[in-house]
Amino acid sequence: MKRILASLLEFVRLTGEQVELFVQVLLRLHHTWKRRALIGDQLYVGGIKVLHVVLLVSFSMGMVVSLQTGIELSRIGQQDQIGLIVAVSMAREMGPFITATILAAAVGSALAAELGTMAVSEELSALEVLSVDRTSYLVLPRLFALAVLCPTLTVLGDTVGIVGGGLVARSQLGVGLELYFDSAIDALQTPGVLIPIPKDVYIGLLKSFVFGIVIAIVSCSAGMRTSGGALGVGNATRAAVRDSIILVIILNYFMTWAFYQQN
Amino acid sequence: MDAEVVIRFENVRKAFGKKVVLDGLSLDVHRGETLCVMGPSGTGKSVTLRHIIGLLQPDSGRVLVEGQDMRTIPRKDLIALRKRMGYLWQDGALVNWLSAGENVALPLRENTTLEDAEIRRRVQERLELVHLPDVYDKMPPELSGGMRKRVSLARALVTDPEIVLYDEPNTGLDPEISMSINLLIRELARKLNITSVVVTHLVSCIRVVANRVVLLDAGSIVLDAPPEEFVASEHPRVKRFLRPPHD
Repeated sequence: MKRILASLLEFVRLTGEQVELFVQVLLRLHHTWKRRALIGDQLYVGGIKVLHVVLLVSFSMGMVVSLQTGIELSRIGQQDQIGLIVAVSMAREMGPFITATILAAAVGSALAAELGTMAVSEELSALEVLSVDRTSYLVLPRLFALAVLCPTLTVLGDTVGIVGGGLVARSQLGVGLELYFDSAIDALQTPGVLIPIPKDVYIGLLKSFVFGIVIAIVSCSAGMRTSGGALGVGNATRAAVRDSIILVIILNYFMTWAFYQQN
Repeated sequence: MDAEVVIRFENVRKAFGKKVVLDGLSLDVHRGETLCVMGPSGTGKSVTLRHIIGLLQPDSGRVLVEGQDMRTIPRKDLIALRKRMGYLWQDGALVNWLSAGENVALPLRENTTLEDAEIRRRVQERLELVHLPDVYDKMPPELSGGMRKRVSLARALVTDPEIVLYDEPNTGLDPEISMSINLLIRELARKLNITSVVVTHLVSCIRVVANRVVLLDAGSIVLDAPPEEFVASEHPRVKRFLRPPHD
């Protein structure tokens, strides 16, 4: 019982730290232009270096969704709906989730390890002593880059996922590409209430935007509170990936519930 | 005289868990003075420095720097005070993705509105001061331990601080470079009237730089004396520290 209570208190403390870090970043948003070079570096590291992974995984997921649903739909003569199912599932759920998971594993872990190493080698303390604003210098560029990268990679992932699904629909299930893409495009035509782009697309992008911020905050927070040498860096990295993915899963459910509950 | 005291420890106690590191430490450092802090490992020498710079707060007692209590000082004033201080880290603590020159330039880029050319000029000047004129574009992993430490020293000095804290400035350096660092610390203190606190294990260092030496043991001061008197001391703890028995 004591251990459960201690774990609960630790969870509350960590959540509080993460929320505080996020607020601190918001208060420094006007530093964004000053940090443009660092943001550029982070966009390169986080974007270019994981782009091929996002594309590969999304492409194969599109193929799998197409094949699995296509086989079942063929039995009831509804294979012309494959495009709709692949497009909707990629735009609403698969694209944002796949991208967030890859970014948490590849970028969030690296980010926690980098800041964790800085913490144990006293570089963070040195920055503090030099009166360098660590939130502005270290966290803001990383958060900004991930908040931009996650939706961007999601769009690209959605696109190749739908293309992958189309190739399978044509080669394995005998559905013409024209029919497949007409169905896919029709599925994404439901207009948004406030924004003149399809609802499924902008909700997917909104999810990605939130996931990018969550991954950045969780990973930076884990890295910056690292102590205990190499072991501590390992623990921080593991915690960053684990907590990011858990939070992404939980938030994904609640955002889906909030936007689609009446449909 | 109180007016000349820059750093004051008043009965400071600090513990990490059950381990008491500072136990009622009281100490004054005067303007322009170079105080060397010696003592066995784990007796709170680096912890003392971290209290001065405000990275640690005492459990009880007070640390005053320029008359300001480091526990209650507002964040804005702490930042302003730190801009007047320099800190040489034991392992350099250079930012790994910045070149040596950009590491030195960092406090100027972050805290001043100086033009790029002026920043570069000042950085180059400080790098030459620590005998590293050609490392501006070198990355930290390309530098030896001693070079990293000297780059860190250049970074500590680039803002023309009034107080400089040195954490083991000679560790990992060969005797020649070590002596040049000692001479540099002395020269800076004399020319610029910098107040310095130097944590060291080396008698060679205190002979060159110190006006005063204290030996810390078990969290408090065993002896506080000028360097010649300190080295010649017959105090059993000092003797054991400076001239440990061979068997």
